[in-house]
Amino acid sequence: MTETTMSTAKPSILRGFDLKTAGPAIALLILCVIGFLLNPAFLSEGNITNLLTRSAFIGIIAVGATFVITAGGIDLSVGSMAAVIAGVMIIVMNSAVDTFGTGVTTVLIGCGCSIILGLGAGLVNGFLTTKGKIEAFIVTLGTMGIYRSLVTYFADGGTLSLNYDIRGVYRPVYYDSFFGLPIPVWVFIIVSIAGWFLMNRTAFGRYCTAIGSNESVAKYSAIKVDRVKTLTYVIQGLCVSLATIIYVPRLGSASSSTGVLWELEAIAAVIIGGTVLKGGYGRIGGTILGALILTTIGNILNFTDMISNYLNGTMQGLIIIVAVWLQRGDWGRSKSAD
Amino acid sequence: MPDGQPISAPILSADGISKSFGSVPVLFSVSMNIRAGEVHALIGENGAGKSTLMKILSGFLQPTSGHIRVDGTTTELPGNGQSEGLGIVLIHQELNLAEQMTVEENVFLGRELLSRGILDRTTMRAMVAGYLNDIGLDISPDDRISDLSIAQKQMVEIVKAMSRDARVLIMDEPTAVLTEAETELFFAQVRRLKARGTAIVFVSHKLTEVSAISDQVTVLRDGQWIGTHAAKDVTPDSMAQMMVGRELSDFYPPMNEVDVDADHVLEVRDLVAPGVHNVSFDLRRGEILGFSGLIGAGRTAVFEAICGLTPRAHGIINFDGSPAQFGSVAEARDAGVVYLTKDRKEKGLLLGQKMRPNLSLFALPKFVKGLSVDRKAEDAALERAIRRFDIRARDPSVKVGDLSGGNQQKLLLAKVMECDPRVLIIDEPTRGIDVGTKQQIYHFIAAIAAEGVSVIVVSSEMPEIIGLCHRVVVMREGEITGVVTGDHINETEIVRYAAGLKREHQQ
Repeated sequence: MTETTMSTAKPSILRGFDLKTAGPAIALLILCVIGFLLNPAFLSEGNITNLLTRSAFIGIIAVGATFVITAGGIDLSVGSMAAVIAGVMIIVMNSAVDTFGTGVTTVLIGCGCSIILGLGAGLVNGFLTTKGKIEAFIVTLGTMGIYRSLVTYFADGGTLSLNYDIRGVYRPVYYDSFFGLPIPVWVFIIVSIAGWFLMNRTAFGRYCTAIGSNESVAKYSAIKVDRVKTLTYVIQGLCVSLATIIYVPRLGSASSSTGVLWELEAIAAVIIGGTVLKGGYGRIGGTILGALILTTIGNILNFTDMISNYLNGTMQGLIIIVAVWLQRGDWGRSKSAD
Repeated sequence: MPDGQPISAPILSADGISKSFGSVPVLFSVSMNIRAGEVHALIGENGAGKSTLMKILSGFLQPTSGHIRVDGTTTELPGNGQSEGLGIVLIHQELNLAEQMTVEENVFLGRELLSRGILDRTTMRAMVAGYLNDIGLDISPDDRISDLSIAQKQMVEIVKAMSRDARVLIMDEPTAVLTEAETELFFAQVRRLKARGTAIVFVSHKLTEVSAISDQVTVLRDGQWIGTHAAKDVTPDSMAQMMVGRELSDFYPPMNEVDVDADHVLEVRDLVAPGVHNVSFDLRRGEILGFSGLIGAGRTAVFEAICGLTPRAHGIINFDGSPAQFGSVAEARDAGVVYLTKDRKEKGLLLGQKMRPNLSLFALPKFVKGLSVDRKAEDAALERAIRRFDIRARDPSVKVGDLSGGNQQKLLLAKVMECDPRVLIIDEPTRGIDVGTKQQIYHFIAAIAAEGVSVIVVSSEMPEIIGLCHRVVVMREGEITGVVTGDHINETEIVRYAAGLKREHQQ
């Protein structure tokens, strides 16, 4: 029996290695070539910068989602969470104008508020799943609904707009560059590096993987399972708040349609990147590539009129399904092998 | 064949079966005859080829050369369990039951009885109730599998086989997880099946059971057929020798005398926890203390409560003379008290991961340098562990799930030893591993104790408790019924306490 498993294990490791590490990179490369062939302007500096900036929101959120998913959880609430944080940020900043004026202080107050809300929302999701022992899917489905309705309520069904003067002060956070790269891209890079380090080099990352692989083994190995799982949701919340901080100056408003389907895109980026949905194996590098792939698809569709831009979601959906099919890794292997 | 019995024609026979996986040969021209109404034990060390042979006999694998004969006719058995149609049923070690479905649904899974296109539940339920009655199993057809004990699940598998009119029932280590009482019940059932003319093939590592129940014993070693003997002609000792191919004189390590004046490392007083009532005991430095009793006697519960895995209701624990209340496994580990689970696949090891992360997982804080995990230290630790515990893996990057049971158990022992414990609690140290590795594990335990670590061995296998321990605590229904020491450690004495026939009234 041992011999059977031994003999089949080898090739599956090799194949898994190829697909899971190189696959997303190859896919992104192919997409870039297609983009360039369809329209050489695809590779222009302006478009690349634009593409990276747009990837930043989903990318940052997806880095957080990688931790949650690796530890065997799921967070469906991120899109609504971003919307409600954006809404509250705007309300707080608008009302701070009277006391603190329209300067940097007010913007900092808004950002601080965003981070506190993000951490708090993550903590709520984490506590409900661990201490409350409710399925993460149900908890975050619930909070998703709550946050979405809250933002609609705050905006009274319409749009919350940021005070015009603050908008001027806050604007550079989205639109300005630093050493040739837009600030959102820098945030994305920093979050990615921190996430990669946390996942691959620290005990915490190891604990996430262990919990996602087998929670009982983790528990018997002296890992504080509840604490680690809660922390993954807190990290997710922090990532959402960072993404919101760089998102708000883009439009200077929030409404019930802010951040719609971001949870889907974030989870898709994670899965396309090779992280296993049921937990136990997480790749931050893959997640970043996944986020880039998703944005690139949208970008290419914008560039060409071959496929309607309205079919962006269709393309993304197809990519997700194909990615997961490739991830299974046992296609083509004859049945008799096992 | 040296049968020495009136020979009936075999129902199922293997004739010069060889099998290779790729270029690796695992069976060399093995022959075996299975007759109606006979219990045929198949024994051998892990990796001897027993599982492969069973899979070939039941059609799950095809032999590379050689023939399978059914009722004397050469037959190519259909794969994937289709051989059940021929009356050949294999019961896997990992039971094949749908946990969330009822007994009735499981028994008829895949061949549900229909009446006018809808499920005929009344008939099916009545039939299952009939089988359960036959087998003397006190459960209802409506019980959910997840609510049953392992022994009951095993019985459900047998009921399933009965309902398929099995002529040959092949079982992979059916008694590995059963208590002695449950094993007796199981054997009663096997005898009943045998009387009905069913042929039974079973694999077991428990040689005394093999002697007790079988008619024929076939021994495999390294894929070779070593011999087939009438069970009455062989003793457990001679079977073990045939399996291992050498004398097993020093099966248990020589016992170091424990210093009777050594300090008490661990003192437990009036511990109350789920499944545990007023348990008190002491543990000396360098002592090997056995915990015996039937499965479900609360032994595991005691140590899960001590190590902070389950909540304690009440009780005093003194560690090194000062009170200790471990609120989590991490606290117990930091103090030097570690628990090695009996369930290595579900609670012990990450089967999908490599050896390195598994080895360091329990003691991971020790491996953290600055902010990050020190991989060089991990590699060095793995190298040490492989040498110290003789872990045999093709290469260090193999997934732990692909290691043999014995090597997994050694890795698990290495994993808890990474914490440099002062008290090592091992629950079922040798469950499901072969004789050779068992012997190694016993020597490891003795060596660890000789270094001054106090070891608690929780085991349902009487011989290892007797062969290994300085003192034995016997539990029954969550309580300690007795402590046996020195020359009094013998099977009868332990069984009397475990069965509640005798009881100490001290402590």
